[in-house]
Amino acid sequence: MVVAATLPALVAAIPLGYLVLRLSQSDPERLIASLWRARTLELAANSLGLSVTVAVGCLLIGVPTAWAITRLKLPAPALWRALATLPLAIPSYVAAFAWVATWPGISGFWPTAAILTLACAPYVTLPVAAALTMADSRYADAARTLGANPARVLLRVTLPRIAPAAAAGALLAALYTLADFGAVSLLRYPTLTWGVHAAFEGSLDRVLAAALSAVLVALAFVFVAGEQLMRRRAARAVAATGAEPTLATAGARTRAAAIAGLVVTAALSIGIPLGALVIRLTLGVDRDLEWPRLAESTASTLGLGLAGAAIAVLLALPIATLAARYRSFVGGILESFAYLGHVVPGVVVGLSLVFFTLAVAPALYQTVFALVFAYGVLFLPKALGSSRSAIRNVPPALEDAARTLGLGRLATWWRVTARIAIPGIAAGGLLAAVTAMKELPATLMLRPIGIETLATELWQKTAIAAYGAATPYAIALVIVASIPAFFLARSGDRP
Amino acid sequence: MRSPRPRFLLVAITASLILAGCTTSPVAPEPDDRSLVVYSGRDEELVGPLLDAFEAESGITIKVRYANSIEMAAQLLEEGDRTPAQVFLSQEPGALGALSAEGLLAELPDDILDTVDPQYSSTDGTWVGLTGRARVIAYDGEELTEDEVPTTVFDLTDPQWRGQVGIAPTNASFQSFVTALRVLEGEDTAEAWLRGLVANDVQIFPRNGAILEAVNTGVIDVGLINHYYWFQQAAEVGAQNMRAQLRYGEPGTASALVNVTGAGILTPSADNAEALEFVRYLLSVEGQDYFVSQTTEYSVIPGGPAPADAPALDDIRGPELDYADLADLDGTIALLEKVGLL
Repeated sequence: MVVAATLPALVAAIPLGYLVLRLSQSDPERLIASLWRARTLELAANSLGLSVTVAVGCLLIGVPTAWAITRLKLPAPALWRALATLPLAIPSYVAAFAWVATWPGISGFWPTAAILTLACAPYVTLPVAAALTMADSRYADAARTLGANPARVLLRVTLPRIAPAAAAGALLAALYTLADFGAVSLLRYPTLTWGVHAAFEGSLDRVLAAALSAVLVALAFVFVAGEQLMRRRAARAVAATGAEPTLATAGARTRAAAIAGLVVTAALSIGIPLGALVIRLTLGVDRDLEWPRLAESTASTLGLGLAGAAIAVLLALPIATLAARYRSFVGGILESFAYLGHVVPGVVVGLSLVFFTLAVAPALYQTVFALVFAYGVLFLPKALGSSRSAIRNVPPALEDAARTLGLGRLATWWRVTARIAIPGIAAGGLLAAVTAMKELPATLMLRPIGIETLATELWQKTAIAAYGAATPYAIALVIVASIPAFFLARSGDRP
Repeated sequence: MRSPRPRFLLVAITASLILAGCTTSPVAPEPDDRSLVVYSGRDEELVGPLLDAFEAESGITIKVRYANSIEMAAQLLEEGDRTPAQVFLSQEPGALGALSAEGLLAELPDDILDTVDPQYSSTDGTWVGLTGRARVIAYDGEELTEDEVPTTVFDLTDPQWRGQVGIAPTNASFQSFVTALRVLEGEDTAEAWLRGLVANDVQIFPRNGAILEAVNTGVIDVGLINHYYWFQQAAEVGAQNMRAQLRYGEPGTASALVNVTGAGILTPSADNAEALEFVRYLLSVEGQDYFVSQTTEYSVIPGGPAPADAPALDDIRGPELDYADLADLDGTIALLEKVGLL
């Protein structure tokens, strides 16, 4: 099992390996001189403050949202679930652009934190909603019959049970924020990714860029270790027996408040960006929209995104199984590796994959295979969390029974574990797909000549300030990414 | 109870892999097909039509990859000799310089180098300038009249402009402008000016386009950009709808610096006939006419065409400067770091 998980973890560690290689080739004195500046500290503090704020913000929005959509009897439940998922389909750079276009001049820490929080909240909402759906509500019922009031039940019974899922989601939000460049640059808040970009842009200083990326990885390590520590301390989930969670018989006032909250969140996270795009579209001087080009890039985005997600799932499964089933030191290390590569800035990841492909399979360089593989490497962590939770929730007793009845280890995994855990695994894959569709830096370097995705088209148009021409591609990107997001929302409907 | 889902997942994976495979349709090149791979740091919208015209005229098929100049240069550094590219078009001379320093660019033949005004090409002959763009001060036309806008950047440290000036310190054009300032006015003057800007609450933007957008929406009064960004946006929304206006710098000073875009041929393709033909085409009357008329840039050929709606290059008259002196980028980076702008 460890062997099976090591290979994908190594693959996921390609960007990290590249960083180590670049740093080991550099002059240590120069490295320390360029790193040891007040500016580095300032950028690191900015990155840290922003990610912690966004993670906390996502918890504050995500946990109540998840509670509302799973525990309250709301009209049109599917609608609320979809609205809570849809922000995932909007790239943070598009959201930031929309806000700046609507309120020119907004910039700095709080607007950046708010916009990233709105964009990342589904990372918390979805796993928490899944945990709430799967959690056996009889514990809560038992606590109630023993005299605990609802607040006490929430605090002592429900929250501890969803805490691991919430922490995993907050970790994803924090890592996303650490690695984000689009939103922080548009909203003019300098972070480490901004520093990495500046190192390239000015003097093509790959060493300084690698050094700043290493600082970023160190920050990410703190988050990943914190989350793992938390998960270790959390009670191991007892297998749910499939009991339907009882819906709280909340009063009309609670439900009205919940609906108001959901509407406001959706308006801010989806309404404003989409509205700004549509306004921009109507303002632009009429240009002929190249429909075939739009259709072609839409198809590429869809195909590449789904294929990349499939690879990400395949790579994630062995690590997820190991992390869920065997609480080992090695498992923890492998899992950390998978996460850490994720926070390396896109430009550096792109370069590391250029390096890797040319070294290992030069014939595949800049082919669709290398690009799909790159997506798999990049978005493995997205698939990891929910696969791990899902596999963990499969009662080991069922696997043991299958084994005693003569099934082999792999057959047991495929016919018992995977079959029960499939909703969680699929959810991870969909999350990977929705993210892969928005990917830009690695796509720019690795796409085959002549293939454009919606993200690269969007980049080309906005690079020359052709915002009107960019808008149809932005809207198409949101629509395409909504497809996996929609299935993701639905996958939560059936526990 | 049999659940069909794992099988469904398998089918979905296979299907999506096939779908992804379908998006490439590798056309096997005919043996006598002439083709060329170009890495372009310049946008498709800007150079695409020119490449199409070259294809039609020469019969050479161009496969072109578009990305940001600097990131593309980093990619080329990573690829080294294994690069599939034969020609690199760059928005920034700095990116070409970095490749040249690593020996990745081939020396160009004299006939190409002789076409271009020597001040716009590299001293070692590894790349040539293609077009020029002037540094300008973009200003908010609703708040200011042209006379109120200074023609020298030194006036922008005046308290009158507090919090109203936009710059992009990570941008290569801004950095080469600071280098010019250091060369022409001395280190101390350049540092004092930068510190003055910082003390005057200068607004930091990621790139020129964002500065223009901010001026155009009235967020800031003035911003330091390259002239042609204005013309690109004007092409999108109509010149009459542009709130931002341009003020050209005092002729002969660093404020009127003209930056270049350029082209180089990668070392493994030093003698590649198609690559040479392509670069010659870019510098031909037809190629230069295209840039001047379509992207409102300046021709780098002595006596070349002039854009219709922007001032002539002779009127802008950039500073007397050997562009080889602008190579000291490290000194500029160090200065920008020292004053806290990087």
